[in-house]
Parts: sequence; C-alpha cells; structure tokens
Amino acid sequence: MIASLFDLTLCLLILAVAGAAVFGRAAFMAVVFFIVYGILIAIAWLRLGAIDVALAEAAIGAGLTGVLLLAALSRIMRNIDAPEPAPVLEGKTIATGLASLVVTALVAHAFLTLPEPRGLQSRVTANLADAGAENPVTAVLLNFRGWDTLLESIVLLAALLGVWTLARDDAWSGRAGLRHVTRPGGVLAQFGRILPPIGLLVGIYLVWAGSKQPGGAFQGGTVLAAVWIVTIMAGLMQAPRVADRALRAALVIGPVIFLALAVAGVFAGAFLVFPPAHAGWLILAVEAVLTLSIAATLAMLIFGPPEGEEKR
Amino acid sequence: MSDLFTIVMTAAGLIFFAAGTLGLIRFPDTHSRLHALTKADNLGLGLIALGLTVQMPGLADLFKLVLIWALAILAAGATAQLVARVAAPADLGEEPRSPTDATGDGETRRR
Repeated sequence: MIASLFDLTLCLLILAVAGAAVFGRAAFMAVVFFIVYGILIAIAWLRLGAIDVALAEAAIGAGLTGVLLLAALSRIMRNIDAPEPAPVLEGKTIATGLASLVVTALVAHAFLTLPEPRGLQSRVTANLADAGAENPVTAVLLNFRGWDTLLESIVLLAALLGVWTLARDDAWSGRAGLRHVTRPGGVLAQFGRILPPIGLLVGIYLVWAGSKQPGGAFQGGTVLAAVWIVTIMAGLMQAPRVADRALRAALVIGPVIFLALAVAGVFAGAFLVFPPAHAGWLILAVEAVLTLSIAATLAMLIFGPPEGEEKR
Repeated sequence: MSDLFTIVMTAAGLIFFAAGTLGLIRFPDTHSRLHALTKADNLGLGLIALGLTVQMPGLADLFKLVLIWALAILAAGATAQLVARVAAPADLGEEPRSPTDATGDGETRRR
C-alpha cells in the first residue's frame, strides 16, 4: 500500500517536473527542472530494480548533462548580444509538427505490432558462466552486446570532436575552457582538496565492483570525471591543452584497446568474441581502459573548446 | 524497538526538511532562504541518517551510510557558501554577479 503510494507520487512528480522543464519560460528554470527530472528518473529505475541504469541516469543523465546545460547557458549569457534568430515561418512549423506526428504514428505502429516479447533474461542467465562477469548487466554490455558499448565509446569521442570544432583558429591547441581562479584557502579551494581522494576511491570501486555488482566503466568514469572537474574548478589544476599527447592518448585508449581485442577475437572465433577461459580478465582490462577514456572525454566535454584567453 | 527508533527519527527529520522548504519558499532574500534551508536540512538529514543506522545489516553498510551523510553535509555546506557569495551584491542592492565572471573578492571567478 505504502509502496504503491510512493510509486504513484513518484510518477506524478516525474510528469510535473518534466512539464515544468519543457514549458518553463526561463532557460535557467528549464535546466534546473531537467536536473531534478534526471534524479527522479534515477529513483524510478531504482524502484524497478535496475540499479545499473539508476546509477548511469543519476551520473550522466542528471549530473553530467545538467552541468553541460548549465555551461551552455552561461555561454549564451556571455554572448547575449548575439543577433536575434530569424523568425520561424508558420508553414515550416506546421510541416515540422506534421512530420513529428507521422514519425510518432509509425513508431507507435511498430511498437504495437511487435510479437509478444519473450525477453532475453533466461538466455543471459544460461550463458553467464561463459561471459566472464557475474553481473548480468556487465555481461550484456561488454560481452553479449559489446558492439553497442564499443560504438557508444566512439560516439563520445565524436561528441568531443564536435565541441572542439567550436574553437577559434587562434585559440586552437590551447588549454580547454576558461581558467578558473579561486581565493586561496577559500571554501571552493578547500572543497577541491577534500573531495578528490574520496571521489577517486568511489570511482575506481564502481568499476571494480561492476563485474559482480551494479557499477561499471560509465558510472565509475563519470565519478572520476567529476573529481577532475572539481579540482580544476577549485583552481588547483589547469585544464590540459587539447593538443597534449598524454590527453589524446587517454581519450582514445579505451576504444582502441576494445577494438583491437574485438579484431583479435576473429582469430579465436569471431569479431568481438572473448574466449570464455579469458573473458574475465579481458572484460576487466577493457573496463579499466574504457573508464580512463570515458572520464577524460566527459571532463573535456565539460571544459569545452579552448578559448584562447591566456594571451590576454 | 529499533523500528520505532527509525520511525521517530526519520519523521523528525522530515519535519525539519519541511520547515527548511517552507523557509526556502517564504523568506524574502537569498541569504535568509539559505539560512533556513541549510540549517533545517542539515538537521533533517542528520536525523534521517541517525534513524537509519539501526536498520543497517552490517558494519560496512553503516560505514557507507556515514560516508554518504558526511559527503552530503560537505557538499551542502560548500554550495551554500558559494551561493551566498554570488548573491551578496544583489542583497545589498548592487548588480548581481554571475558565478562565472565575477570580479573583486568573489569566491570563484574565471579569467
């Protein structure tokens, strides 16, 4: 009774917050509600027993995307004298609306005519012994459906390249983002000293625990990225230069090693196949390098393109 | 007995959270709101965490609970200070400072 009351309240809250995020007048308000929405969705996943998804949603959906949106907002505020966007033609609006409706109808049709889902849970459980990971989510992500994870890690890199294309030519190869200066011994500088040791421990623990409990490269990588971001925002470190070789190596090492092992799998049977005898440590190795790349990429996404302000 | 302890403590914690939220909505300026929110919420969080300690199955879980409580307190305290500094000029009737390009003795600024 109390449990279903809680779930009902949660559902209503999610709908209300989603509405506020979409229909909110001020951009700042929309962003704040979007972050709250992410947290509530994470709680919803938790209620459904999907702890891995809940962790990912809280870390990436609410945390990282929230920070990205806030950063984009402050960038817009700084360039407030940008020209007004051209008014959208009414015909265009109607055409866009119609196209969206057609797509919605097609997706609804495809979904409603799906054969009765049988689910893959029993097959995953049956083959878990060969997967090299006791956590079924990790087994699916890195072994049974490693293809998706490999492409996801490459998509992240593509996103970073997109951000870097925003850099001006004369600023290129400089330090990413703006330089943060804080009062020495102030609150933020102290916070930036206390948090990293705990954050490093939690981030690495999440990756390590991922083989048999909820956790993994994305969740751990996000925590590690957050540690780096806090340290730089507290003015204790400077963001790296985008041309830095060590940085670039960290960005690509995850996808590169994953891809190399996938190709090596061809000799053991097929592309992306881990031999069951070695799957355990292979998955751990891939998770470790993926964590490094994910953490570096996410942090660089937050820092943004080099702004070339050092020369001033 | 331990269930009763949990119920009483978390209920008391929720009352403090409600009071803090009321202050956040009703108080006139940023500093009063922060004052209400940080004091009441810290106490509320402490009471809820204290109420949950007796429900923990083992020492490791207890340690995790204490760690979460400490981290939440640390983050809340630091954030409150930063918000207060950014809001300071606005409450004195001056132009509000953005947290990202504040000058003077603001806590955080970017060059």
